[in-house]
Amino acid sequence: MAAPHSQHPQVIGYHAPGTPDVPEEHSSTKHVSVATYLVIFAALMVLLVLTVGAAFWFNLGRLNILVALAIATVKAALVVLFFMHVMYASRLTKIFVAAAFLWLIILFGLTFGDYATREWSPVSRGWVENPATAGGSGGR
Amino acid sequence: MSAHNPAHGAAHNLPADLNPSPATSQVAFDPSHGPPSAAAMHEAHGHSMVAHQFDDLAQQHEASTLGMWAFLATEVMFFGGALTAYAVYRATYPEAFAAASRLENWFVGALNTGVLLCSSLTMALAVHAAQMGSRKWIVNWLLITVVFGTAFLGVKAYEYNHLIHEHLFPRADTFDAPRHDHETGVTKPPHFPPELRRPAQLFYSLYFGMTGLHALHMVIGIGVILVVAWQAWRGRFSPEYHNPVEMTGLYWHFVDIVWIFLYPLLYLIDRT
Repeated sequence: MAAPHSQHPQVIGYHAPGTPDVPEEHSSTKHVSVATYLVIFAALMVLLVLTVGAAFWFNLGRLNILVALAIATVKAALVVLFFMHVMYASRLTKIFVAAAFLWLIILFGLTFGDYATREWSPVSRGWVENPATAGGSGGR
Repeated sequence: MSAHNPAHGAAHNLPADLNPSPATSQVAFDPSHGPPSAAAMHEAHGHSMVAHQFDDLAQQHEASTLGMWAFLATEVMFFGGALTAYAVYRATYPEAFAAASRLENWFVGALNTGVLLCSSLTMALAVHAAQMGSRKWIVNWLLITVVFGTAFLGVKAYEYNHLIHEHLFPRADTFDAPRHDHETGVTKPPHFPPELRRPAQLFYSLYFGMTGLHALHMVIGIGVILVVAWQAWRGRFSPEYHNPVEMTGLYWHFVDIVWIFLYPLLYLIDRT
């Protein structure tokens, strides 16, 4: 009864026996150094200050939300890649992570696409905003 | 997930009554033990670190990681739904959302974000300690993480208390009602002009809903961390096997990421 690891005594991450060796990039043995964690933490703190600073001192109008979301996305990426070790994870794990955010993009894309294009067509938007029936103020 | 090679592991996949050795079958089907072939190499502390359905530690670790990320994908969608509702209503009522957001205490929110980032660092250090095999520091860093997490919830409770006191809890009958101070006899006027009151109430519904769900995740996270810290104290983990520490870390970092987005969206709308 030959165990797979007897043929691969230095197994780094799981890969099916017989498949070509994947690069040794798996989180099971790859350790992120404490120095890296501290650098990422410092970067996150700087970005937090930047978020607050941008909100108070730069009046970019509707661009404010884009700046805030851009900074938040960079922070999230740092956490995912380094604190959550995805940077050093197997390709399959990376696909799982990407899929999580892909579904989110689909959710946002379809929903906001709907709301953004409702004005384009002349169909009724319901009794609230129908001039024939609207008595009070509508949603928009 | 894995292309299982039928050549290896076939023996311990045999049903018990077909296994030629009764003694082996006894071990092979005891759920507390892994299959003897794989388990033999990873025996530690008297019990196996490899559950019987896995070939080896690396495969088990990969399965844990993928399973956790599959769960986190559902969590992304869970908070994604709330964020979608937020985005739609913020786009519909921009002035009311800006006015309501200005009543939040941005400084306390920033402070709390910092506390949560600290807790993520200490969580990462706990996983690092597990990789290094330091039982003492796994427990220490996990407990420090719990302290930061509890501090976050404490600040959150202070904020909730303040908002409820200001009649900003989105109750239909009392939202933004005039506040009468019995000690001074002064009655404070509402925060919002009448036309902004209903959409502002919507903002506070989303605020309490989203931060409440986030806080619930924090409470669960703290509970899980305490269990894992207890297991670490009992010496259950080693440099080879510490999946529970790592997966708890993934959960905790995810909760941190949710807040990274909630903070600017709820506290920092139109501060200029």
